[in-house]
Amino acid sequence: MDSFRSKIIPVTTILAAVVVAWYVFAVVLNAPFQRDLDQRANETPGTAEFIGKTLSQPKPTLPAPHQVAVNFFENTFLRSVTSNRSLVYNAWVTLSSTLLGFAFGTALGIVIAVGIVHVATLDRSLMPWVIASQTIPILAVAPMIIVVLAAVGITGLIPKALISTYLSFFPVTVGMVKGLRSPELMHLDLMHTYNASRAQTFWKLRVPASVPFLFTSMKVAVAASLVGAIVGELPTGAVAGIGAKLLSGAYYSQSIDIWSALVAGSIVAALLVMVVGVAGRLVDRAMGGRPA
Amino acid sequence: MTGQSPAVVSASKLGLTFQTNDGPVQALSNVDLTIGKGEFVSFIGPSGCGKTTLLRVIADLEKPTSGAISVNGMTPEQAREKRAYGYVFQAAALFPWRTIERNVALPLEIIGLSKAEQAERIKRTLELVNLAGFEKKYPWQLSGGMQQRASIARALAFDADLLLMDEPFGALDEIVRDHLNEQLLELWERTNKTICFVTHSIPEAVYLSTRIVVMSPRPGRVSDVIESTLPRKRPLDIRETPEFLAIAARVRDGLRAGHSYDD
Repeated sequence: MDSFRSKIIPVTTILAAVVVAWYVFAVVLNAPFQRDLDQRANETPGTAEFIGKTLSQPKPTLPAPHQVAVNFFENTFLRSVTSNRSLVYNAWVTLSSTLLGFAFGTALGIVIAVGIVHVATLDRSLMPWVIASQTIPILAVAPMIIVVLAAVGITGLIPKALISTYLSFFPVTVGMVKGLRSPELMHLDLMHTYNASRAQTFWKLRVPASVPFLFTSMKVAVAASLVGAIVGELPTGAVAGIGAKLLSGAYYSQSIDIWSALVAGSIVAALLVMVVGVAGRLVDRAMGGRPA
Repeated sequence: MTGQSPAVVSASKLGLTFQTNDGPVQALSNVDLTIGKGEFVSFIGPSGCGKTTLLRVIADLEKPTSGAISVNGMTPEQAREKRAYGYVFQAAALFPWRTIERNVALPLEIIGLSKAEQAERIKRTLELVNLAGFEKKYPWQLSGGMQQRASIARALAFDADLLLMDEPFGALDEIVRDHLNEQLLELWERTNKTICFVTHSIPEAVYLSTRIVVMSPRPGRVSDVIESTLPRKRPLDIRETPEFLAIAARVRDGLRAGHSYDD
């Protein structure tokens, strides 16, 4: 009851406000085109009828929530999952490259962080490049990665996954550098009094201390991975995936398709972040974490 | 270097100067001290007198900048490499992701003892600090006093003859502190270890020690060394005896003499 009042009610209130605002904007934004149509057809509908029409255009400027909901429902539950119009199928295509890129990115992020923490030269030489890498717009880099890799014969999943890697290694590197440096001075002194080797200090102190930081940064990284996978689908002329749906929707002015692909992408992102969060909590519990 | 000295700790003309942004700070100056086997030596003084720094020099956590010091007849570094001492910090400093028994096992893992040997020592040291039955608990499930006892068990687990304790009970309340002081004396009696104990409590220092080293700040130095005339066996109520109070008064005088109150 408490969590109901403290969480559900505020969230629903905001959601309701968003839906109302969305309908208002849908009417306002779709009205000029509807007026055009009516004029050409020599029709003068009443206000209620006019509003109804603005909310049921086949290619609206801003689709109404119910149009997106119907489209999303049809393309998710009523289509065979092997159909290339199925959102499940397209989400799976994007998800597979997201997960592969996320795995690469996490591994790369950890390796770079370990290097930065343990090698003073890398700390000074690598960290600026790591930060600079994220200032380059991914939309500019993505086509080059795809083209270059295609030239050496690598196509399909890997190039897309590499774009995810490019975006997701960064939060993991930053988080893990912080995590591996998080042990208190007292704990480091303690290891020193035992004459522990660097490897022992690393495995018995730094690694366990960094685990909470790893999961926090992995939550950011997995969402970035999904963005990377979607962006990776745009310049490849990909035939499937959420990015491909967005692109073809834009190409054919299928605004409802674009929005329902967006919804699908958001749901995938939320699920991914949730899965990482749950995994983090399970690991924390296994490591003796205090139940919140 | 004193070479083959039988002393556990021997320092002569020991000095340590920290270079800070505000110029050099003399944390230790001209410290001469010899600690024999089986002694219980307390270091007492106001903050900034260098008592913790001295303990850290013995432990090779700080390097002296002048003078000489030997631990078990070796340099502190060699002694540390031979795991000559167990160190107890101001906080328990237990690893939160390890159970109590795994925390005690930490130094044993690092030394590389067999699983069987580890289990035997964990059992023995946890019994020594009255924590049998708490092996599987995580640190947050224990009270502050119990956590500090676990950290003492961890320092005892690898059987070093020297125990260095840096205000181990400073963060605990009076009642728990009394209790732990009693237990610590009992433990010292049973194990015959040499203990160096940093504190800023006069009753604690007098109650525990065979010798009290009074230190004073700016520069950190030894201002008095008081031999205790109390017997080795000390019930808690020994603190009301005239003998105890006389030693406490001497310590207080020593502290006052070394302390300039104008700063």
